Amino acid sequence: MGDLLSQFSTIIFVVILMGVAFIFGSIGQSRHYRSIKRREWQLRRILVFNEKMPPASFAGQEFALVSGSVVMGSDHFRQVLAGLKSIFGGRLGSFETMLDRGRRESILRMKEQAARMGATAIFNVRLETSVLSSREGRKQGLACAELIAYGTAWRGSDKPHAA
Amino acid sequence: MANSASRLMLSNIEYFPGYTVSKHLGLVQGSTVRAKHVGRDIMAGLKNIVGGELKGYTELLNDSRQEAIERMSAQAHAVGANAVINVRFSTANIAAGAAEILAYGTAVVLERRE
Repeated sequence: MGDLLSQFSTIIFVVILMGVAFIFGSIGQSRHYRSIKRREWQLRRILVFNEKMPPASFAGQEFALVSGSVVMGSDHFRQVLAGLKSIFGGRLGSFETMLDRGRRESILRMKEQAARMGATAIFNVRLETSVLSSREGRKQGLACAELIAYGTAWRGSDKPHAA
Repeated sequence: MANSASRLMLSNIEYFPGYTVSKHLGLVQGSTVRAKHVGRDIMAGLKNIVGGELKGYTELLNDSRQEAIERMSAQAHAVGANAVINVRFSTANIAAGAAEILAYGTAVVLERRE
């Protein structure tokens, strides 16, 4: 009897944990997306290219390496969901949004750094992803990844670049 | 002359309009291995329940990358460069909970063309 009760309470605990993870995860996600959209709008004047060479109008201007990075984790509810989904294969939407949020955030941080030095464009932007291993090894993986964006920010010339 | 420039120019581009590379001084690199803090690890584990950014790790990796860049810059200063071009970063997990962050590039003397 007591055994059954303890098992039952364990299940309840897990369900509550999942619920909390889902609710706070969703709130956090929508808040993060709102902030991303707002800052993307604010920083829209800084142009980002993955082309190597800046055009001639940037000749002789100041430049500097800029980078932005963020470590993102997925919440437990979505992780379990993704685990179930991966039995059947196909898209794992919850991980897609996690990586999308992280990548946009890292680009924004890079742009913010460029904005502080008064740059108008960033060239040769590279995006990198590295997975951080957890203490338990691969089996009980914390789904978390570091997303890095880096490039060379250039301060534009005073003359308009329309040549 | 190059040593007088206290601020090193860093970039991941290798060709610069308006500048000339007057001297190539070879490869310079800097790396650091950092382990996660136990307290931070627990906090990150808790944070991972609800998902989102794991600020502790972001900070840790940012600090390490800064350190790697500083070590690379020190090497570049030592060989008399005023710029490091074609900078690349790489991250490797060498053991559970420890990461190596490497920054490398080519040390050069860069001059502004008149």
